[in-house]
Amino acid sequence: MRELVDTPFFGIIISIAAYELGLILYRKTKLSILNPLLISIALVMAFLAKFNISLDSYNKGGDIISIFLGPATVILAVPLYKQFESLKANVVPITAGIFAGCVAAVSSVYLLARLFRLPQVLSLSLIPKSITTPIGIELSKQIGGIPPVTVAAIIITGIMGAVLGPFICKSLKITDSIAVGVALGTSSHAIGTTKAIELGEVEGAMSGLSIGVAGLITVFITLGAARFF
Amino acid sequence: MKLLRQLLLILTICFSGEVINRLFGLPIPGNIIGMIMLFLCLYTGIVKLEMIADIARFLLDHLAFFFVPAGVGLMAYLDIIESSWPTILLISLITTIIVMLITGHTVQLLKGGKKDEGTG
Repeated sequence: MRELVDTPFFGIIISIAAYELGLILYRKTKLSILNPLLISIALVMAFLAKFNISLDSYNKGGDIISIFLGPATVILAVPLYKQFESLKANVVPITAGIFAGCVAAVSSVYLLARLFRLPQVLSLSLIPKSITTPIGIELSKQIGGIPPVTVAAIIITGIMGAVLGPFICKSLKITDSIAVGVALGTSSHAIGTTKAIELGEVEGAMSGLSIGVAGLITVFITLGAARFF
Repeated sequence: MKLLRQLLLILTICFSGEVINRLFGLPIPGNIIGMIMLFLCLYTGIVKLEMIADIARFLLDHLAFFFVPAGVGLMAYLDIIESSWPTILLISLITTIIVMLITGHTVQLLKGGKKDEGTG
């Protein structure tokens, strides 16, 4: 029986099953906090712990799923290309906003992490937390972070953005549709974008666009800053 | 064959990104070089949207799912972050507010008096 969990099918099956469960739960409750990705990760973890199955066994299948992260990053060029016209029309405010947001993200995360005396490796892992996961994982590797911690921080940040984003924007008097979209996408990537799409077409488009741009800008400023420190 | 052909195109771009990353010893991840390459291919018309439409839909629709194993991998690091969870949550909250504040107001400030295009 034991060797059955060592087939790649096992990891793939429980991942898809857990994600489906997460989706059902999310659709039934409509609670942003019950994010399908968060739920499925928790379910798989609980399953592995309960039946005492090693992460290595799970990863025989898990690694096959992770292969798709590469093409998934490359394909972000498609929404970027589709929204290129609306980007061009407001290119200065949008790029300046994303750039300012990325600088604020990288510096505030790192400074707060140091202020709260987190270990260096954790502080570095948190830096890419506002950008999309495939880019975040790569950046985390490059600067010496722990990619799974980065993924956790990215998901937490995404859910916070999706759940609290509209409230935060309203409280901070961010009312312009383009500004709201760019703010959601820059601060909380794809998960924040799901909320932006609910708010409106312009919000959704701008948030989607910000995912790729913020990812690239964050990579450049982080790697640039890493050369000086 | 259609999906396979589209996958071939995307994987070739992924692979080229890795090749360029290694060849020139660039600090930019291969995935991101691939993303820039695909954008340039689309922009110059070398690659048409129809040529990758199905694979793009498949990948973008299931974007979140591909991150499940990466998140589960967190189990291996639970010891390191165990005591830091409340701090990580607090930092995430504060920085999310800061980033939204700075991003949103920079856009609004530079857009100036221009009419909000999103209403209606």
